[in-house]
Amino acid sequence: MILNNAQTASGKSISIKIENGVIKDVSDTNIDGGVDVGSKLILPGLVDLHTHLREPGKEDAETVETGSRAATIGGYTAISAMANTNPVADTAGVVEQVYRLGKSAGLCEVKPIGAVTKGLNGQQLAELGAMADSIAQVRVFSDDGKCVSDPLLMRRALEYVKTFNGVIAQHAQDPKLTVNAQMNEGSVSARIGLVGWPAVAEEAIIARDILLADHVGSRLHICHVTTAGGVALIKWAKERGIQVTAEVTPHHLLLTDELVENYDPIYKVNPPLRTEKDVWALREALASGIIDIVATDHAPHPSEDKDCEWQAAAFGMVGLETSLSVVVKAMIETKLMDWQLLVEAMSIKPAQIAGYDQQGRGIEKGAPANFILVDPGAKWQVRRDRLNSKSKNTPFEGMELPALITDVYFNGVQTVNNGALTGNRAGE
Amino acid sequence: MISGHLLSVADLSKEQALGLLATAKELAVITDGPNKKLPTLRGKSVVNLFFEDSTRTRISFETAAKRLSADVINFSAKGSSVSKGESLKDTAQTLQAMGADAVVIRHGSSGAAKRLADTKWISAAIINAGDGTHEHPTQALLDAYTIKEHLRGDNLDLSGLKVVIVGDILHSRVARSNVLLLTKLGASVTLVAPPTLLPVGVGDWPVQVSYSLDELLPECDVVMMLRIQLERMQDSFFPTEREYSRRYGLNSQRLSKLKSTAIVMHPGPMNRGLEISAESADDIKSVVIDQVKNGVSIRMAVLYELLGGVSLNPSGEGSNK
Repeated sequence: MILNNAQTASGKSISIKIENGVIKDVSDTNIDGGVDVGSKLILPGLVDLHTHLREPGKEDAETVETGSRAATIGGYTAISAMANTNPVADTAGVVEQVYRLGKSAGLCEVKPIGAVTKGLNGQQLAELGAMADSIAQVRVFSDDGKCVSDPLLMRRALEYVKTFNGVIAQHAQDPKLTVNAQMNEGSVSARIGLVGWPAVAEEAIIARDILLADHVGSRLHICHVTTAGGVALIKWAKERGIQVTAEVTPHHLLLTDELVENYDPIYKVNPPLRTEKDVWALREALASGIIDIVATDHAPHPSEDKDCEWQAAAFGMVGLETSLSVVVKAMIETKLMDWQLLVEAMSIKPAQIAGYDQQGRGIEKGAPANFILVDPGAKWQVRRDRLNSKSKNTPFEGMELPALITDVYFNGVQTVNNGALTGNRAGE
Repeated sequence: MISGHLLSVADLSKEQALGLLATAKELAVITDGPNKKLPTLRGKSVVNLFFEDSTRTRISFETAAKRLSADVINFSAKGSSVSKGESLKDTAQTLQAMGADAVVIRHGSSGAAKRLADTKWISAAIINAGDGTHEHPTQALLDAYTIKEHLRGDNLDLSGLKVVIVGDILHSRVARSNVLLLTKLGASVTLVAPPTLLPVGVGDWPVQVSYSLDELLPECDVVMMLRIQLERMQDSFFPTEREYSRRYGLNSQRLSKLKSTAIVMHPGPMNRGLEISAESADDIKSVVIDQVKNGVSIRMAVLYELLGGVSLNPSGEGSNK
């Protein structure tokens, strides 16, 4: 297959030839027999390091299949299935099951993340080595949803995964400082009477873990950073050469805690939406590379878990299908970032952090044909009933967003055409 | 005149608040007569939907509704389908199907009343009778009414009055509603509490904050003591009951520092000997019983305006005709 007249993130007009799932050739001029894509942007497939797929255990919210569909529509060619399933992904058996389900869906790479502690109980290490050695080849470990709050256990985990160049992805939340916490602690929580989730509960863990990672010389990844203070700590660590990377979610780049005012649980998320000041600190940190990547924290929930009063509702928002457009709105429309930096934050760097060698390779000869075509000028409106995810808990309902993903190729197979799933799947 | 729902004092204009106080006054005059009952809401049904135990608030609303001839249904969450896991949505839809005209809701979750009003679960008028640690609008209205009765004439707001609210501000819906309403009506409000019981973010409220009660007493016109929950002690908000009582309790020594015209308020139920001594609670300055009595008038006014649809004071200026 040949595609002509595509624009790279750096603004170059190229043509590409795909053969056997690989980019066979990249050319400055049109290649005979190709399809003209009309100057659309061509970007490497997006890579998500933080996806809740809910299978096994909560298949009413999402399955690997439906999550893969949502990811594909959102331009992702690799997603990382978080470990907080039921049973927890804390053994080789569970991560292999998720891995196989991803393979059989055949829409994108599904990379399981292993739990750090058995049953996410925060007390005993899970079989990290067995998960690393399994066919799923787990390299990223996280108790996400819960914090590895015991400092000694966190130290041991950081040390242990060095054997296989693993990384611990920490959900930074001091549990004692956030008992029954419902939203960002500040002006809005004081006014509307919801229990506060203070920034310090996140920052105290980030600070501690940075120092631990430095002490034992290990790699640390901070999940969903939400505060200006957290950004300052990560900057400090990077200036000292500590091996820390960090992610920010699209929703924390766009939304603030003012939205909680009406008590609509669609805005209930953990960590919580913060203030305008935090949002700008996060945007600037992403632009400057202090925060390395965007990760969705796609967290599907069935409608009954949101169609209720605030306290009874579940934490979380779906994000796979809106991620790119939200980042364009928050980062490119504000001129903080260009498309090349966006590609680094949403494809190249996440693949590097997690060691996904088939991903984030750029549009270059010999790379796997994992790429997307984007119409950067198009606008589209988010409609919950049109989401491919099994759950519809998007906070962006009705919002008009920039940039439309029109085509997605996974291992050379066109999985999305004209903004819709083609039904094609990549086999073994 | 208010219409729709009563969810938060923040939704009321000053005129609407004063209008409610004036309506309450007129209703109080009528029900003080030989026949306490008005036919106004005959045929309307009011549901008291209480997810938390609060006998005082429930019977106050019940009395108010019955004096207006409404049918009253008490729905207590304990021992009902709710305790078996029924959701707020299903409960609301059940009440909708039974044709409730107004739902008076007390719920432990902040924002529960607003959720009922904002969703399409039920179309009845929603009256917030206390939502979590957010608001308790009718309590603030009855407090403002009581202050006005004691310290102000009919046509005036509360300008120039100094109100001190003492206690667990952090967890108090009474404090939040009173801060909004009393400042809206012109009073200056000072909150007094240990820093552990003040919310982070209180700096944005239109109030003064103090950690010490004694220096404020000689100046203030109203001192409002809040109930202290004993479980706060387990969570280290303060060390012991005795220490709290010593530093923040209204004892007879502190009572003696008040101006002769000052009044002592408490939303009830009181912990005698903890936040308020028995002498202070029973002192001539204490208007606690008036608060309870006025609560019925205020709740009648709220039901009247939301369900009756006819204004007793169309000017909305709170003047008696």
